[in-house]
Amino acid sequence: MKKISRRDFIKSSAAVAGGLVIGFQLPEGGKRAFAQPQVAPSAPNAFLRIAKDGSITVMVKHLEFGQGVTTSLPMILCEELECDWTKVKYALAPAGAEYAHTMFGMQMTGGSSSVVNSWDQLRTVGAQARTMLMQAAAKQWNVDPSQVRAENGAILGPGGKRATYGELADAAAKLPVPAGVKLKDPASFKLIGKPTRRIDSAEKTDGSAVFGMDLKRKDLLIAMIVHPPVFGGTLKSFGADKVKQVRGVTHVVDLGNAVAVVGNHFWACKKAREVLETEWDLGPNAKLSTAALSQQFRELAKTPGTVAKKGENPAAVDSAPKKIVAEYEVPFLAHAPMEPLNCTVEVRDDGAEIWVGSQFQGPDQQNAAKILGFKPEQVKLNTLLAGGGFGRRANPVSDYIMEACVVASKVKKPVKVVWTREDDIKGGFYRPMYVHRVEVGMDPSGKVIGWKHAIVGPSIVAGTAFEGMMVKGGVDPTSTEGVSDTHYAIPNMDVQLHTVKTGVPVLWWRSVGHSHTAFVMETMIDELAAAAGKDPVQFRRELLSGNQRMLRVLDLAASKSNWGSALPAGRARGIAVHESFGSVCAHVAEVSLQGKDIRVHKVTTAFDCGLVVNPLTVEAQLQSAIAFGLSAALYSQITLKDGQVEQSNFHNYRVLRLNEMPQVEVHLVPGGEKPTGVGEPGTPPIAPAVANALFALTGKRARSLPLTASL
Amino acid sequence: MAKFFLNGEGIDFTAGNDVPLLWVIRDWFGLTGTKFGCGMAQCGACTVHVDGNPTRSCVTPVGSIEGKRVVTIEHLPATTQGATYKAVRQAWIDKDVVQCGYCQSGQIMSAVALLQKNRSPSDADIDAAMSGNLCRCGTYQRIREAVKVAATSLPAAASAPKAAPKAAPKREGKKA
Repeated sequence: MKKISRRDFIKSSAAVAGGLVIGFQLPEGGKRAFAQPQVAPSAPNAFLRIAKDGSITVMVKHLEFGQGVTTSLPMILCEELECDWTKVKYALAPAGAEYAHTMFGMQMTGGSSSVVNSWDQLRTVGAQARTMLMQAAAKQWNVDPSQVRAENGAILGPGGKRATYGELADAAAKLPVPAGVKLKDPASFKLIGKPTRRIDSAEKTDGSAVFGMDLKRKDLLIAMIVHPPVFGGTLKSFGADKVKQVRGVTHVVDLGNAVAVVGNHFWACKKAREVLETEWDLGPNAKLSTAALSQQFRELAKTPGTVAKKGENPAAVDSAPKKIVAEYEVPFLAHAPMEPLNCTVEVRDDGAEIWVGSQFQGPDQQNAAKILGFKPEQVKLNTLLAGGGFGRRANPVSDYIMEACVVASKVKKPVKVVWTREDDIKGGFYRPMYVHRVEVGMDPSGKVIGWKHAIVGPSIVAGTAFEGMMVKGGVDPTSTEGVSDTHYAIPNMDVQLHTVKTGVPVLWWRSVGHSHTAFVMETMIDELAAAAGKDPVQFRRELLSGNQRMLRVLDLAASKSNWGSALPAGRARGIAVHESFGSVCAHVAEVSLQGKDIRVHKVTTAFDCGLVVNPLTVEAQLQSAIAFGLSAALYSQITLKDGQVEQSNFHNYRVLRLNEMPQVEVHLVPGGEKPTGVGEPGTPPIAPAVANALFALTGKRARSLPLTASL
Repeated sequence: MAKFFLNGEGIDFTAGNDVPLLWVIRDWFGLTGTKFGCGMAQCGACTVHVDGNPTRSCVTPVGSIEGKRVVTIEHLPATTQGATYKAVRQAWIDKDVVQCGYCQSGQIMSAVALLQKNRSPSDADIDAAMSGNLCRCGTYQRIREAVKVAATSLPAAASAPKAAPKAAPKREGKKA
């Protein structure tokens, strides 16, 4: 079997496509959790292919899992390229060092940073290609490059000369990649900032889009895994006699602490898994329960923890004339992307090939190489479309991908490991459960004079390759972000963290720490406003004095929602504003109660994400972030009892449905020189906005999520 | 053995009557536009039309659809619902509905079935027809808008359903 290297891939791709292939070198510096191997200087990182027919293919280095990078990233490149947008296509880049995230040094998708980290990179690539095409035309026409210009996919020269990019691509490819190209003045942008429809809609509306689950290979087998019934449990023995009688089953593979049932199709595996006999040692978590964790967390919150932010005078709270003490609790949450987790692997003697919709192509490639005994360059990882992810496909330990690697290496045939929904809901790697305890002191006029804040919960990065890079002074910033760095001018603010090991695997979940800290901060601020007898918007304005960006967003949400105006009986508004991933988002939620059913009728959103690349995508991502956040705010929770996860599928892990979706109205703050995050910042403020509206409606404070369970 | 029509073609499926239609469609016939999402009729990603009715194929044993006509998204353009599908698909594209796209085959199957029966659905009608289709990306608002846009662009009159194909070619249920 021919060994396929990155270089061969690019060469062969170029040979197929013809024309211009342009590269970009890996940036230096930065501490990396997964340092990717450096590529030889001659191996370019191909972001762009211009074929002879003039079609433009932009290689998308990030995972497309809904957020629209297959449109927004090509827009950035093509703005500088001055090409014909109707001829632009995308291709998902495989794992490759040249596709590393320019800030994090490994190929990955997360932190609402796909556009942010690609902004300079893809503009530069586009400008370089445009320059090369102009130089090629000038050379061909024997004129000075200053006499030609690029316009809509063609170079125009003196005397009506015209050549298309497709015609010039071969000649341009022979020129050196220019250094120090001049980027366009944003005032002259034609594409960036314009509402632009997604370029992947056609394939996603006729059933032809290929997700990981849909991958076909010759002789492909399906595998389903039996995991320990309790986190941390160990496999004592298993019996496969009954399994072998199931038609279509081909292998049963011992994975050490799990068993894989392999067969010709999903249904054979499903039936076989049901009759596989297993005996487990349930281990130390056999009695683990949410109730016990809650009690443990709440007790810890009253004791001193690791200092995340030092208050100047922590005693200010204790001696305050007025004191508010509140405890908050948020549950473990599954990501539950629509496409259940899956991964296809084929292992050969001299390397392996992986097909997966992963947010962590870089780390996954390295983990796969390690477990299979190959060098990373011997593992080709192909990126496929993913049906959602929300952080679940960005696992530092590459859990289901490792399973697929091991099964494939043992059965020596291509294998697709498929998780069922039950595997997904029960499988761990949840947004952690947290308890917050907040004590705030106020003076008689309602002014905040001190704030003591304890956060208790598991660390997402502890024990992973990210720990060294991210944990400082014993504080995992993903536990405290949104509290320690609050924009409110709070005197004597003291934040302490208790990092707890629960035995339940945890992971980042859309908006990470902000998914719980914004709920706590923004409902407490609302509570303080009520205690001070002030309007929630006015109270926030006073505490945000001087932060123009936060104020602009807060004011925009208030004015667009007609804050303070009368509502029909039985309805109330709540507001919340929060910064995350470099962007500021405020929501005003309009809520009513129908029995015990919380109805969110309307959400008015104000958002500052810097320079807007595609307003259509930004609006979609805000609707998306609100829907995702509302599922958690209203319905979803993972609970444990006797070590077992109590939920298993969408009937008891409830998520938002169409009839529960509010009307979302988005208002973007104009301006900004560079883009900031879009995918996540809309999620954190929705739960507190709804909780604050509920308070306005009922006069009662809900301090635990999901709200429906706390009513 | 189950005999039914899949996308207009006669099928004798011999690998077991208990196999859910979803896996017959995906694993035996290689039609991957119909998606697996939950396996218990909770999410609608696997929605197909059985005799024109939106049906969750993940809980439909193939033995239960004897003689019936199954249509997946791949074949929808070629059916009597083709014009409705075309209007729905165009509305989906115009309203920029899709995000990850995984649930959208099922959403579109439900929307086409709705509009086939009800040419001007109210919000309540849309709620009733579409709330069984989950979307974790939260494209619901644009789905609602797109259904309404599609309703306004439906062809003048829906044609009467055609009779089942008479002498459909027989195809064994082999793995695709």
